[in-house]
Amino acid sequence: MSGAFDLAALWAFIIAFAVFVYVVMDGFDLGLGILFPLFPAKADRDVMMNTVAPVWDGNETWLVLGGGGMMAAFPLAYAVLMPALYTPVVAMLIGLIFRGVAFEFRWRTTQARNRWDIAFAGGSWLAALAQGVALGAILQGVHVEERHYAGGWWDWLTPFSILTGISLAIGYALLGATWLILKTEGELRDKAYHLTWYLLFLMLAAIGAVSIATPFLHMQYAQRWFAWPNLIFTAPVPIAVAAATVLLLHGLANKQDSQPFPLALALFALSYAGLGISMYPYIVPQSITIWQAAAPQSSQLFMLVGVAVLIPLILGYTAWAYWVFRGKIRPGSGYH
Amino acid sequence: MSWSLWPWGLDAVVLARAQFAFTMSFHIVFPAFSIGLASYLAVLEALWLWTGREVFLNLFNYWLKIFAVAFGMGVVSGIVMSYQFGTNWSAFADKTGPVIGPLMAYEVLTAFFLEAGFLGVMLFGLERVGHKLHFMATLMVAIGTLISAFWILSSNSWMQTPAGYAVNADGQFVPADWLKLIFNPSFPYRLVHMVLAAYLTTALVVGSVGAFHLLRDQHLAGPRVMFSMAMWMATLVAPIQILAGDQHGLDTLEHQPVKIMAMEGHFDSHPDGAPLILFGWPSESAAKVKYAIEIPKMGSVILKHSINAPMAGLDTVPRENWPPVPITFWAFRIMVGMGMLMFALGLFSLWARWRGTLYRSRLLHLFALLMGPAGFIAVVAGWITTETGRQPFTVYGLLRTADSASPLAAPAVGSSLIAFVIVYFAVFAAGAIYILRLMKEPPHPGEAGPPAGVPARAAGITPAVEGYVR
Repeated sequence: MSGAFDLAALWAFIIAFAVFVYVVMDGFDLGLGILFPLFPAKADRDVMMNTVAPVWDGNETWLVLGGGGMMAAFPLAYAVLMPALYTPVVAMLIGLIFRGVAFEFRWRTTQARNRWDIAFAGGSWLAALAQGVALGAILQGVHVEERHYAGGWWDWLTPFSILTGISLAIGYALLGATWLILKTEGELRDKAYHLTWYLLFLMLAAIGAVSIATPFLHMQYAQRWFAWPNLIFTAPVPIAVAAATVLLLHGLANKQDSQPFPLALALFALSYAGLGISMYPYIVPQSITIWQAAAPQSSQLFMLVGVAVLIPLILGYTAWAYWVFRGKIRPGSGYH
Repeated sequence: MSWSLWPWGLDAVVLARAQFAFTMSFHIVFPAFSIGLASYLAVLEALWLWTGREVFLNLFNYWLKIFAVAFGMGVVSGIVMSYQFGTNWSAFADKTGPVIGPLMAYEVLTAFFLEAGFLGVMLFGLERVGHKLHFMATLMVAIGTLISAFWILSSNSWMQTPAGYAVNADGQFVPADWLKLIFNPSFPYRLVHMVLAAYLTTALVVGSVGAFHLLRDQHLAGPRVMFSMAMWMATLVAPIQILAGDQHGLDTLEHQPVKIMAMEGHFDSHPDGAPLILFGWPSESAAKVKYAIEIPKMGSVILKHSINAPMAGLDTVPRENWPPVPITFWAFRIMVGMGMLMFALGLFSLWARWRGTLYRSRLLHLFALLMGPAGFIAVVAGWITTETGRQPFTVYGLLRTADSASPLAAPAVGSSLIAFVIVYFAVFAAGAIYILRLMKEPPHPGEAGPPAGVPARAAGITPAVEGYVR
């Protein structure tokens, strides 16, 4: 039994890792779409698109790994959560369609170009909000009977899920703005600096609001965070958030182009660790644990071999692709 | 708002099936095209590196732009497919997740990441990484599309001909023997048939675009080269595909005989030789094919290679296990008909090539132009045949479609169906227009690659000598 125990926990970590990589990688390119309305100039938008055009497809693949990996490693959780999140998932998929095709379509037309800019911004907003809502819906728990979801298709809609939806959109916008600081120069970068100040404070407010609201959802969350001796392990999280914030403010004040993006990633990582602390060991909070949802050992082992060999390889060639397209993107250099 | 007026009293399972059929029919068009086109691009780049002839680089850049648009649409329509197992078919996902989930996870790990990781370099990186590394990126994308076909067809085939599994206490299918599971009985046939279909589909599109430009000007170098290459593919691959399809059919007869009965319209058993029904109107209520035009004994000759071999009909199968016969029957005929036309085009082009009129025969060019969509039609018809023909099961003989759906009410599934229909028609129609617009222009000397990320070319670049052939 101990083998099964380790394997399920290991797979929970792998899925969580895939989702985290997705959140930060697609996060900054969704963030660019969220910020699009604030950059009306065509030249700016062309540069923004070109900073992610070579990598967005790889970023989105992590979402497929998160979903597909969950079906494979925790089929019961996948089967319960997908119908429970039906509406946000469908909304997310539609948002991703619009913004995904916009990368190519906006170059293929001159008179209607603006239409695909709207599709890119609107699709990014929709996908970000839907993902945040889905997160909130998972945290607040879903109605499970036997092996299936037993609620309706609007159960997810609560003030809390709306709060998490808006919070994630703010977070993505912060990642997008700091990405622009890293990848652009001149007025575009200066504008990104300016926006990052506001977005950072919005992000901190969002982290604070979600952190305060979460313990009220279930007693277990409150105990997990505040009961002794858990506090020894949970207290460093907010302290680290404060430290990352101070460093980020410092980087912004001194205009160190390479600093804000990794520090914004750190804020995401800490928030994500906080989520993990709240949820573990449940995969459907308060209903299904990772061990109850786990696929048989033979399934999890078979995939583990692939993951152990292939994930390092994937990270390697993905890093290479980012390296090939490293450096600042200049206006006019990316298209004709 | 009252949902009691939900149209026609359609239940959630019917709507979920409609949604899968709709989104799948749209999606399959893109992989079918990008599998073939990725390989074609790798061949073009290899020929350019090998011969140094600029016409191959021009063709590469020309088709690369089209590939970029099609690939983007394939990615986003594919994400929809991967989540639909959970949203609309959660009971199926719970029961089969331990078996086909890992196959799809391997598809992501070995194929999707490979394609996505090297796509950026393939599209925008020629000037940044040099020729050899760039060719490697193109090759990785092409290999990625083939690996993707391997895994997804393995999991589809497992649903058609399940093997290497056991059933646990929760009613889940669990792996017993991974090799048997992956290489299940119908998988090798389906993989060969689908990859050849993808190559033929792409060849017909390339040939059609080449023919379109040759009809306007027979002397353009790019269209001549692409037309010739495409016609070689049609000539060689169409007959191989007919053989592969025949073998696939024989395998289906062994493992899914009811599907063959529906495809052939064999309502009645034939103890001494079954006819080949060419055309007719299958009526499930009358349990016969009306107005049938048939060749006596020919069905047994094709399927059993023996003139008087007995063939069982749908009369041996309980009604509740019948697939929808008319759809299966007609989709199969459309696919075969397209295959015959492809074979004819291949022969015609071979004859024209031998007579030296490959670039002059307007009739051949017109035929090739009209055959542009034939591959897509055949692929969609083929998938409709195989997916409809295995009904009423999702896991053949083991899990019924009605027991596979999510516990959701019709309004949820119906609303998402309407949303997908509207979005798909709007988005993919625009994509089709952009692709056709790219195809309307012939490849030019000094053809540039995709727009994003490529440094602007110097305005006065020397036109290639090979642009025009007299």
